[in-house]
Amino acid sequence: MSRLRRFVRSSARNPNAIAYAVMLLLAISYPAMVQFATGGNGDYLVGLAADGGVYMLMAIGLNVVVGFAGLLDLGYAAFFAIGSYTYAIVASNHLGVTPLGHSLHIPFWIALFIGMFVAAGAGVLLGAPTLRLRGDYLAIVTLGFGEIVPIVFRNGGQWTGGVPGISALDVPTLPGWFQGPWIGQDFAWVPDFRFTSANLTAYYVLMMGLIVGSVFIVHNLYNSRLGRAWMAVREDETAAAASGVNTVTIKLLAFSIGAATSGFAGAFYGAKLSYVSSENFGFDVSVTVLAMVVLGGMGNIPGAMIGAAVLYFILFWLLPNAPTQVSSLATSIGLDALNKSTPNGWPGIAEEVARSKYLIFGAILVGIMLLRPQGLLPSQIRKQELKHTADTVLVSD
Amino acid sequence: MAAMVQRLRTSVLTSPTGSAINLVGLLVVLVAIVASSQRIYHAGPTYFFQTLGFGLAQGAIFALVALGYTMVYGIIELINFAHGDVFTLGAFFSLSVMPLFGLTEGKISGAAVILPLLGLFVVTMLFCALVNVAIERVAYRPLRHAPRLAPLITAIGMSAFLEGVMFVWRGPFNLHYPDFLPEYQVPLGGDVTIAAKAVFVIVIALVLMVALTLFVNRSKLGKAMRATAQDRDAAQLMGIDINRTISATFFIGAALAGAGGIIYGLYYNSVFAFDGFQYGLIAFTAAVFGGIGNIPGAALGGFLIGVIAAISDGYFTVAWTRPLIFGILIFVLVFRPTGLLGMRVPEK
Repeated sequence: MSRLRRFVRSSARNPNAIAYAVMLLLAISYPAMVQFATGGNGDYLVGLAADGGVYMLMAIGLNVVVGFAGLLDLGYAAFFAIGSYTYAIVASNHLGVTPLGHSLHIPFWIALFIGMFVAAGAGVLLGAPTLRLRGDYLAIVTLGFGEIVPIVFRNGGQWTGGVPGISALDVPTLPGWFQGPWIGQDFAWVPDFRFTSANLTAYYVLMMGLIVGSVFIVHNLYNSRLGRAWMAVREDETAAAASGVNTVTIKLLAFSIGAATSGFAGAFYGAKLSYVSSENFGFDVSVTVLAMVVLGGMGNIPGAMIGAAVLYFILFWLLPNAPTQVSSLATSIGLDALNKSTPNGWPGIAEEVARSKYLIFGAILVGIMLLRPQGLLPSQIRKQELKHTADTVLVSD
Repeated sequence: MAAMVQRLRTSVLTSPTGSAINLVGLLVVLVAIVASSQRIYHAGPTYFFQTLGFGLAQGAIFALVALGYTMVYGIIELINFAHGDVFTLGAFFSLSVMPLFGLTEGKISGAAVILPLLGLFVVTMLFCALVNVAIERVAYRPLRHAPRLAPLITAIGMSAFLEGVMFVWRGPFNLHYPDFLPEYQVPLGGDVTIAAKAVFVIVIALVLMVALTLFVNRSKLGKAMRATAQDRDAAQLMGIDINRTISATFFIGAALAGAGGIIYGLYYNSVFAFDGFQYGLIAFTAAVFGGIGNIPGAALGGFLIGVIAAISDGYFTVAWTRPLIFGILIFVLVFRPTGLLGMRVPEK
């Protein structure tokens, strides 16, 4: 009994273990729950969750940059774009229509890592000259980089497919895969399995596997010598340098690990969508991922994951579905007149709600930050540091 | 920290690799100047002055917006993403209250426009200023001692909120903004002319900037602003009301942005709810270009970015203008992090 009490008390102080456990349980039961709740028509929702996993992966990576090392990256989507486009170029017929004249079809599992390394390389190239600068300047440089990269892909002509982008990318393959009632079929072992949009559960499982692997790696990095160095640099760069930490290398590592995760996520995204276009990598993506990390609790891996899940749910399920929901609500409570557009500019309630998407998103962002500036699940170490500095705020701020 | 930054800066400027990098940077700038001057020479002076007029006019708007970014950054080190949307709000608001001043397209023209336009400027600037002060009060002030990124997220949230308000208000359309400015070309000798519209925009922007400079340099509140930007705690110990000073900074910055919004509408005759965000990013680049936190720097940066963008549009391809501008941003930060006017922002 006392052991149980001790467990409860210690997890109350450090809710991360509980958060991991709950998230794992939810992730495992999610497809079954969704299929059950929708009567077997939940494929779309499972696929949506797989796309959400892409954002979660990015949030985990950005958390290394922003949360651990304290570097503000406002152009994170650039690395996502680089990962996606790299995958698109090495795993489709696209190179055949460029002056190169010969297409590459590198298998998904290798192309995934090529995308990752190219993104990491871009991170090093951008970071090496700029990480010497103060934190805010880095934010501005990454902002500029994030604006440039999608436009370069758009203007890249035949090399990057221009405005329409690159389509018909290779799908992931595996030597074999289980199928079962979760996709409405009997239990069986499928040899030479190809991931298709008909089996979104497979993408979901693949995504969860990638997330678990990334969390494992990032968690270990955080608890390593490197992780402590990141925190030291974040808290006081001068003191860290004086204690023998090579600050530029440490920051560069954080930056490129973040870029690598983003590129990794980008390659998966390209493969799942089987299509890349420069429209999908704008500043709004960078901002969304940053908001996920800050919302969840900077510097805490499960925090960033929860932030990603919550914000993704709001942005990609709640807000897109709100118009039809509101419209049918209006019909059912006898306010059908609201659904019709009138000549004086009222576009109908569904359209009106669709238009207030940005307004609602902004209000949610501001509201949550005001109510919980430390994030939904803040880092325990950071919390103590913040409490500590709050006492001395008059002299140090 | 300050010593460390100093050390980094000197190492960048004097170390062998540092000077080699700087040499490369200088070379790139020279090549760019030579390449563009060749094209400019071949296209003749008439085209050049047209481009220059356009560039200076759009630069004047960039500069007005950049001033707000730089002032807010200088005083609380926050990239106020909502600023670009306050600028659009100026255009939207002025468009709606215009009929109250008797400003209806086609019914009024010539010199009769001047007085109502002046009233429109005053009301819009006041409105934007009050909105921005409210934003600061609601979204930034409660987070002044929160983790540094928290106010940045609320700034992004506020930006989305303002965009949403304008989007719901006027719908997903490009709004037509009435054209009150004369269309004729001012001759500059020979067949070289400059558009009267551009002259109007530049003159208004310059007047506002001079007023701002006088205010910041001469008035008591301006002095308080400079003191707060330099060292907030010391300023507080000297009896300066920090909250009031920060509010005043937001007030003035937004008033300039509001004026910029009207000028934008009058010059381009079209505005859209999301215009301000992209425009704001470019204006922010201008602020960094001139040296963030530095008021004359922001004005200079705005004009320069405007002219560079116009030259890139006019002599090269439009598609590469934005990468060029943001490329300049990265370039400046790598080679000259303090911006053109080179004043160091005090480390806080």
